[in-house]
Amino acid sequence: MKLSLTKVVNGCRLGKIKNLGKTRDHTMDIPGCLLYTKTGSAPHLTHHTLRNIHGVPAMVQLTLSSLAEHHEVLTEYKEGVGKFIGMPESLLYCSLHDPVSPCPAGYVTNKSASVWGVSGRVEMTVSKFMAIQQALQPDWFQCLSDGEVSCKEATSIKRARKSVDRSLLFLDSCLRLQEESEVLQKSVIIGVIEGGDVMEERLRSARETAKRPVGGFLLDGFQGNPTTLETRLRLLSSVTAELPEDKPRLISGISRPDEVLECIERGVDLFESFFPYQVTERGCALTFSFDYQPNPEETLLQQNGTQEEIKCVDDMKKIETTGCNQEITSFEINLKEKN
Amino acid sequence: MAGAATQVSVESAPRIMRLVAECSRSRARAGELRLPHGTVATPVFMPVGTQATMKGITTEQLDALGCRICLGNTYHLGLRPGPELIQKANGLHGFMNWPHNLLTDSGGFQMVSLVSLSEVTEEGVRFRSPYDGNETLLSPEKSVQIQNALGSDIIMQLDDVVSSTVTGPRVEEAMYRSIRWLDRCIAAHQRPDKQNLFAIIQGGLDADLRATCLEEMTKRDVPGFAIGGLSGGESKAQFWRMVALSTSRLPKDKPRYLMGVGYATDLVVCVALGCDMFDCVFPTRTARFGSALVPTGNLQLRKKVFEKDFGPIDPECTCPTCQNHSRAFLHALLHSDNTAALHHLTVHNIAYQLQLMSAVRTSIVEKRFPDFVRDFMGTMYGDPTLCPTWATDALASVGITLG
Repeated sequence: MKLSLTKVVNGCRLGKIKNLGKTRDHTMDIPGCLLYTKTGSAPHLTHHTLRNIHGVPAMVQLTLSSLAEHHEVLTEYKEGVGKFIGMPESLLYCSLHDPVSPCPAGYVTNKSASVWGVSGRVEMTVSKFMAIQQALQPDWFQCLSDGEVSCKEATSIKRARKSVDRSLLFLDSCLRLQEESEVLQKSVIIGVIEGGDVMEERLRSARETAKRPVGGFLLDGFQGNPTTLETRLRLLSSVTAELPEDKPRLISGISRPDEVLECIERGVDLFESFFPYQVTERGCALTFSFDYQPNPEETLLQQNGTQEEIKCVDDMKKIETTGCNQEITSFEINLKEKN
Repeated sequence: MAGAATQVSVESAPRIMRLVAECSRSRARAGELRLPHGTVATPVFMPVGTQATMKGITTEQLDALGCRICLGNTYHLGLRPGPELIQKANGLHGFMNWPHNLLTDSGGFQMVSLVSLSEVTEEGVRFRSPYDGNETLLSPEKSVQIQNALGSDIIMQLDDVVSSTVTGPRVEEAMYRSIRWLDRCIAAHQRPDKQNLFAIIQGGLDADLRATCLEEMTKRDVPGFAIGGLSGGESKAQFWRMVALSTSRLPKDKPRYLMGVGYATDLVVCVALGCDMFDCVFPTRTARFGSALVPTGNLQLRKKVFEKDFGPIDPECTCPTCQNHSRAFLHALLHSDNTAALHHLTVHNIAYQLQLMSAVRTSIVEKRFPDFVRDFMGTMYGDPTLCPTWATDALASVGITLG
C-alpha cells in the first residue's frame, strides 16, 4: 500500500492510495469517504439499487458492532466477510463501533473493550478481537482501542491518559498476534489516536502510535455535537502535525459536509459516510450545492437580517421525530412538509 | 345484443386477448394480452403495489424481473394523494415512473377489509377516511372517475363486495347490485379506448347466484371478466367449485382474472381451471416477514437452521438476491435493523411468482401442462398423491390425475 500526495494546499492533502487490497491493485483517492453499512449492507439498499448510484466509494466500512455476534458463522464460512456479504470485490475497513449509535460508557477494562450489537454487548479481549478479525479478513481494521473518553462530556486528565495507555497496550498486543498469523498479515492495522480533549495526551498518543508499524491512523473522539467540534478542531491540527505524511488519516464520527471540509483543512484524508443515512431516517432529502459557505445559517441571516427571520431559522432547525430531537441541517429538505 | 340491457353502451369492446395455446386435457390456456402499455403473456401473476409503489423495491427492479403488469389500489390513491394530483403527474404511470401496464381495482375490496365504519347503499359505499377523518361516498361513477384520472390500462368495476363467509339474502342483494353497478360503471367510463373496464362476477358461494351473475354480466360487452368474492375465509372445497363454475360460463376469447389468489398451489390449480390473471399481496407481504418462497414451500430465514446455510435461497433462481447472497447472510441481515433484508426477499419472492407463471405457460405451449402439474405437486408435497384433497379434486374435474 502506498500513499502519494499530489499536493497540499492550506493543510488539505490531495493524493492517491495505491496497491490496496489483497490483490494489491485497488486505488483510492484522498480526500475520500467510506461506504457506510449496517451488518454488511448499505442501509435499505440491495446490490441492484446500490449499483445505480454514481460514485459509490471504493472502500466499504463494516462495523464490528454489527458483525461480532456472527463470529462463529464467519469462522465456519472461512472465506471472509467480503464474500459473505456479497461484496467480494470491495475494499473493506472494519471499525469498532457504528458511528450512528452512541456507545454506552463504562465497559473498557485493561484487558478488554466491548462493542454493542443487536443482541447486546460483545466483550472482546485482544485475542478474541484478533480471532474475529481473522474470520472477517478485512483489508483494514481499526485496532481495539479505548474510545470511551468521547462518550462523556468532560474528560479528566487521568481518564484521557488511561485511554492512551490502554489503546497503546492493545495495539502492541494486536501487532504481536498479527505477526503470528498468516491470515492476519494480509490485513492492515489502523492505529487509533485517543486522549480526549487533553492536548498533552493527544500528542503523546499520536507520537507513540506513529512509532508502531501501523498502516494508517484513526482519529477517534473528535465527534460530538457541532459546538464541541469547534474546540476539538484546534486539537486536530496539532495531532495531524505529529503524524507521518505517507500514511492515511481516518476520522470517526464526522460526516456532515461542513465538518468534513473543516477536517480536511486540518490534514484528515478519509471519512465515514453515515450522514445520508441519518438524513434519510428523518424523512429528509439532501439538497445542497457544492458552493461552500463556511457558516450557511449565518450567511442566510446576513442576507435577510431581521429578528423574525433569525427566530424562524432557529425554529426550522429543530424537529421532533419519533421522540428524539433530530436537528435538520441546512443541507436537506424535509419531504414530509406540505409544500 | 342491443336489446339486452337498456343502460349499456353497445359499442363492441376490443378483444384484448389472443389465445396462443390450449391444454387438450384441462382448461388451461396460454395467451397474450394486448394492452396500451405493451403485451403481457398469460397466465400472469400481477404483484400488488399498494400506494403507487411496490413495497420494498423500485419500479426499475420490478421491470428487471420481467414484470409487465402490476396493481395499484384505488382506495389508497383515491384518498391520498388524490386523483387531481396524480393527473398532474402524468397519471399513475408518471407518478410511479412505471412504463408497463397497470391494473387498478375499484376501491371496493379495501372497504370491506380496512374500513370498520362503512355503509353500503344503492348509491355507493359511504365511509370515513382514515387519513383525514372526512366522510366520502365511493359510487360506481366516482370509482371510474378516479380510475380514469389514474390512467391505468385495466380498471375494475365497483362491485358490492361481501365476504365469502356471509350467507343469506345479503349475498343475493350484493350480486344484483354489482350488476347494476357494472352498468353504471360502463356508462360513466370516459376512456374505453385507452382503459379496459373489467366486470367482476359475484354471487358468493351459491352456485345459483353465481350462475345468474355470470349469465347477466356476460351479456355486457366488456373486454374482460374478473372472478370476485372468493379468496376470503371460505373453504378450499367451495372455492375451487366456484372458480370452475365461473370459468365454464365465461367466454373463451376474453381474459379471466381471479382476484386475490397467489399461493403457488392455488395458482397452478386455477390455471388448470381456466384462469389467466392473478393478483395477491401474499408474496410481497410474506417477504416482509422474512419468508422466502421456494418450490418446496417456503423458508423462514430468521430461523436458526439457516444460520450457517451458505447456499442461495434457490440455486435454480435467477433473481439478484439468489445470484449474490446466501441464506446465512440473509439470516444475519434479518436479525439486524437494516431493512435491506426485506427488500432482498421481496425481489426474490416476486421473481419466484413470475418464474412459476412463466414455467406454467411454457408447459402449456409445449403441450405438457398435465406433466408439469404432477411434477409441481411432487416437488411441493413430496409426492403428487400427497397434494391437498381439494386440489386433487379440482384437477380431476378438468381431467388431470395425480399419480
